[in-house]
Amino acid sequence: MTAPAADRRRAIFARMLLMRRLEESVALMSKDHPFGHFHLYIGQEATGAAVIEALRPTDLATTTHRNHGHLVGRGADEKAVLAEILGRADGCNGGRGGTLHVTDRDRGFLATSAVVGGSIGLGTGAAHALKRQGKGAVCAAFFGDGAMEEGIAFETLNLAALWRLPVLYVCENNSRGALGARAGEFPTSEMAAPKLSGIPESLGIRTAVVDGADADAVHAAAADAVDALRAGDGPVFLEARTERWPGSRPLWPELLTGETDLALAWEPERIAGDHAAWIREQDPILRYARVLTDAGVCTRDDLAAIDRDVRDRMAAARDFAAASPWPDARSATDTVFALEA
Amino acid sequence: MARITYAQALIDALHLSMAEDPRINMIGSYVLGLGPLRGLVDRLKADFGDRIVDPPCSESAIVSLGIGAAMAGDRPFVDIGTASFLFEGWSQIVNEAGNAHYMTGGQVAVPAVFHMLHGLRGGSAAQHGHSPQAMLWNAPGIEIVLPASPRDAKGLMRSALKSPNPTVVLDHAKLLGLEGEVPEGDFEIPLGVAEVKREGADVTIVATSLMVSLALQAAEALAGDGIEAEVVDPRTLVPFDRETILASVAKTGRLVVVDEANMSCSVASEIAATVAEAAFSDLKAPIRRVCRPDTPIPFSPPLEAEIAVNADKIAAAARHVCG
Repeated sequence: MTAPAADRRRAIFARMLLMRRLEESVALMSKDHPFGHFHLYIGQEATGAAVIEALRPTDLATTTHRNHGHLVGRGADEKAVLAEILGRADGCNGGRGGTLHVTDRDRGFLATSAVVGGSIGLGTGAAHALKRQGKGAVCAAFFGDGAMEEGIAFETLNLAALWRLPVLYVCENNSRGALGARAGEFPTSEMAAPKLSGIPESLGIRTAVVDGADADAVHAAAADAVDALRAGDGPVFLEARTERWPGSRPLWPELLTGETDLALAWEPERIAGDHAAWIREQDPILRYARVLTDAGVCTRDDLAAIDRDVRDRMAAARDFAAASPWPDARSATDTVFALEA
Repeated sequence: MARITYAQALIDALHLSMAEDPRINMIGSYVLGLGPLRGLVDRLKADFGDRIVDPPCSESAIVSLGIGAAMAGDRPFVDIGTASFLFEGWSQIVNEAGNAHYMTGGQVAVPAVFHMLHGLRGGSAAQHGHSPQAMLWNAPGIEIVLPASPRDAKGLMRSALKSPNPTVVLDHAKLLGLEGEVPEGDFEIPLGVAEVKREGADVTIVATSLMVSLALQAAEALAGDGIEAEVVDPRTLVPFDRETILASVAKTGRLVVVDEANMSCSVASEIAATVAEAAFSDLKAPIRRVCRPDTPIPFSPPLEAEIAVNADKIAAAARHVCG
């Protein structure tokens, strides 16, 4: 595997850190702003950031209830994303979508469906249009392992294979290490197939299985996949496996691993507590920080400077979101129908 | 004007629209079902074959495909076949298509047409004869089109294919062979404009789709009894032309509403409630609904005939409210 160019690796790291600090802010703000049920992207940042790095701005994307990371990773304004999560007027969707449906059309997001499997069909439809339009663009459909339990996954994989549609299926399998089968635990996916990628393989779809916490590996697989899509070779199914972040085990996410301390990347002896193993071995942010400094791509100071910038941006975003007004209640029945398309 | 079948009018509309807008493409081409008129589709295949795909039996996926393609700049025409199969794509149409524009705060539109054949057609039995328009009306964000004549089939389909919103067009399976006068060339009927199909002063009969033909037959029978019925066809349920119906009821003071779906929470129920709420003081008699009973559709011909709406049942209801 060839590592991506240094500037790409720095960009991937900055995206990952933005995702992480956004989700920490969401968890923090959920204490004072009860916005309900939400899903954090912590532990999966390497996948989203590296796939996004492999896309062009003209490519499209669909995503799910676990969308926050994808949105800011692709350049959505973190102020508007956070305001949307709080249901405020300045949110990306004007408060009509909330955490489950954060969307930014200008960043190529067509649909953020919180129906499990929804993003697969919609992303495939977008790819059908892109193929017809003949401009060489592709669509990335992000979804979790649970989506493979849905019937629409099989139907659309079959169609995409038959019609050789330029769709990158990004299956973020975050169930490794999940304890869903145990009584009282939050459920995770259950499939009879020994591996998820065996399902698209049976339809003749090209697949790749990667460590979803290894940003360079994800980038290499995604870049290969996107090249194949642009060459008209048909869909690619990328299964990115991550060890489940401990904070996502309960229904209500908790920062069980604490606010990320970047210095732990180089001071593992300071890592302690119940979740030390995840932090030491799995946390994709700390892993990538070590990779980049070991490879001489960045110094610790470079990464700390990125972190300072990201933290400043997130502090400003929290202030902005908290100060954003509620939508005008009289607008509740507006925008059901489009006046033009 | 040319005298052509409903099926011909529908294909004419598709042909005109595909010729003028290259974004329009077809996902599924069994627009006319598997009956004797299906060969009319060959004209579309000959002229626009590269814009027509025939998918496998995957209604959920093809509805979703149409929505995603519309979001990405296409204008797909998605053929579902028999309306009962829409239930396979129900989550997609209700939970994705109908919600997309609203829940994105207006960022994303879904300019797609979903076409299907609805209604009792003789031998459909329980799983091939649904009329899901009332169920669709209960889901926000979806336009619902119910042509009743060849003229409407052409004019409304032209508008549906230009709409920026998800639009479901339900053609009654028994209307495909109906002949009527249709304007040649470019011709549109805007969505949301009802038509008074027959004028009369004594009772208003509101009907859609095939029920319009039955209501007109009933009106002829009623005329023999000295009752002049006004037949009003909303033509689209969303958008809904409330004013034309209220104006007719203000004139006649009596209302019968006809719908092929079963009665509970039917299109007839909604229209009856709307009139009762807005124009109770105009009514000289209680409103009557004529619908199927709340049963699955039986196969055997006498059983199907028993539950089907027909002109006699409509005329009886009209006589009742005029009595």
